Amino acid sequence: MRQDLQKNPLLEIRDLTIHFFTEEGVVRAVENVSFEIYPGEILGLVGESGCGKTVTGLSLLRLIPIPPGRVVNGDILFDGRSLLNLEEKEMEKVRGNDIAMIFQEPMTSLNPVFTIGDQIMEAIILHQRLDKTEAKKKAIEMLHRVKISSPEKRMDSYPHQLSGGMRQRAMIAMALSCQPKLLVADEPTTALDVTIQAQILHLIKEIQGEMGMSVILITHDLGVISEIADRVAVMYAGRIFEYGPIEAIFTRMRNPYTYGLMRSIPQLTETRGRLYAIPGQVPDPMHLPVGCKFHPRCHMMIEDCKKGEPMFQVNGDQFSRCIRWKECC
Amino acid sequence: MSTYIARRLIYMFITLVGISIISWVIITQAPGSPIALTMDPKVSPKIIAQMEKNYDLDKPIYQQYFLWLERLFTGKLYSFKDGRPVMRKIAERIWNTLLLNVVSILIIFSLAIPLGIFSARKRYTFLDHLGTFGAYVGISIPSFWLAYLLILATVKLFGYPVLGMRTFVEEGFTTVDIVMDHLWHLMLPSIILAIGGIAALSRYTRSSMLEVIRQDYIRTAKAKGLPEETVYYKHALRNALLPVITLFGFIVPGLIGGSIIIETVFAWPGIGRLAYQAVLARDYPVVMTVLTISAVLTLIGNFVADVLYGVADPRIRYG
Repeated sequence: MRQDLQKNPLLEIRDLTIHFFTEEGVVRAVENVSFEIYPGEILGLVGESGCGKTVTGLSLLRLIPIPPGRVVNGDILFDGRSLLNLEEKEMEKVRGNDIAMIFQEPMTSLNPVFTIGDQIMEAIILHQRLDKTEAKKKAIEMLHRVKISSPEKRMDSYPHQLSGGMRQRAMIAMALSCQPKLLVADEPTTALDVTIQAQILHLIKEIQGEMGMSVILITHDLGVISEIADRVAVMYAGRIFEYGPIEAIFTRMRNPYTYGLMRSIPQLTETRGRLYAIPGQVPDPMHLPVGCKFHPRCHMMIEDCKKGEPMFQVNGDQFSRCIRWKECC
Repeated sequence: MSTYIARRLIYMFITLVGISIISWVIITQAPGSPIALTMDPKVSPKIIAQMEKNYDLDKPIYQQYFLWLERLFTGKLYSFKDGRPVMRKIAERIWNTLLLNVVSILIIFSLAIPLGIFSARKRYTFLDHLGTFGAYVGISIPSFWLAYLLILATVKLFGYPVLGMRTFVEEGFTTVDIVMDHLWHLMLPSIILAIGGIAALSRYTRSSMLEVIRQDYIRTAKAKGLPEETVYYKHALRNALLPVITLFGFIVPGLIGGSIIIETVFAWPGIGRLAYQAVLARDYPVVMTVLTISAVLTLIGNFVADVLYGVADPRIRYG
């Protein structure tokens, strides 16, 4: 993995800023987010609900509803070309073909009136220009690959006839049917049972290894990240708070917010009766605090925290948005 | 599926019996009598009693109902007004009514659904607001008023009669002329009959479409790289039309009710006008038979809608 990181990045996000212009006011969902993904790596994008991680994921496919949303600033470079400047017709060729996405709710993310087979074949026919028989063969192969039993039979099943885990497998088969270079997985396991969660994660990891694609794994679950990610970006209030290789983030975190998230994971060895929680609430994205967006909830807050929110390079590939990163944590 | 259909047919039969009993009670107990209308006060009570006996009005109400039922099925039902067999009177006219209604339904569905989709795609634009305004006007305008207005306008504009099903004098008409003449006479009443339905159904399609395009599976379809047209016309439309199928069951009875007014205004020789005249004359056998036929058509409309729903939505399985 290390030597892969030396290559050119597959995807580069530069100062991405996305606002939603609603009647109540401007929602600053994503603010100056920058990161890159190298070929063959899994990047975890972690944060609480409403921190902008899903919006960031959707923006890679230009699926943000416009209006009310708008990319105010920044750029997304995929394979060296800007996705934001592409014509809609060009973008359609990227979606599902170069960049695919799987979603949180396997229950509602598949169209209830078409069979699984139809929905998988649709993308294959569209992007690979195969005829129906070949597309069907390919779709069965994909179902087999995501370990769905008797795939020929499942081709004719409707989504409601499958369990949640099976549906998510079908979603993955659909997303991967055109061998995308990048998979955006938005909370792919959140709606599933814990045992199924592990199966799906291992499936994603396994296929990722076989196909050599890159994955952005969006989740609020640090446990999920620790299992399969290579690098992690921690988001809070639309900003990246800490960013670096997985072992650095998990063992040498340099940001009190990351520290708070880590402490919130219950440990088996814990004797404490109450679960730890970061005090306070996620700020209203329309009325964000001045300076560091986390300072009202932070146990290390000093007066200078209200003055700005600079990003510091901790070392070669670890970054933290905290002026007291040296003392943390 | 066949057990479902069998069960539904039995339910429909029971419903139909209920409808006919309630209709019979309401119609016979309503003020007025078939005799009072045709008689003048100088006629002796003896003759009135004789007439009541002829019409079986002297018998208890339940006996009258069963007599009607018996005669309906044996074909011995005669109109009070002219003594002609009721079934023959209806047979002469029912095809005219069905023609008018089928044309109206075709107009409604072929215009309302594209209009609804268009409004949904152009939502909150000027054209969409114009569509909303038009729909409210269409729903609110009384059809008889609009009918008279349009009759006046067409006759003034084209100087060609629009009442009835055809022009009386057809001498020297070629086949093409006759067909065109019939179409001309069909046009206004079927359009007016359709206006309310178009307005309601297009709004319904619009809101159903807007509801569907917010669903997760639409985002999935877009994420696959499908062009917007495919997303709208394949993935969204199929789902948006599911509730519209149910509306089909509501539109059929609405048209039958509406055609009573429209047929009267346009002097259209259908069962709607027959029913209206029969009600005025308290011609119970005719009124009851027309009501029963309307009820049967309504129940069939609902039944067809339910079966279609099961065909269109794989999640619904009848058993």
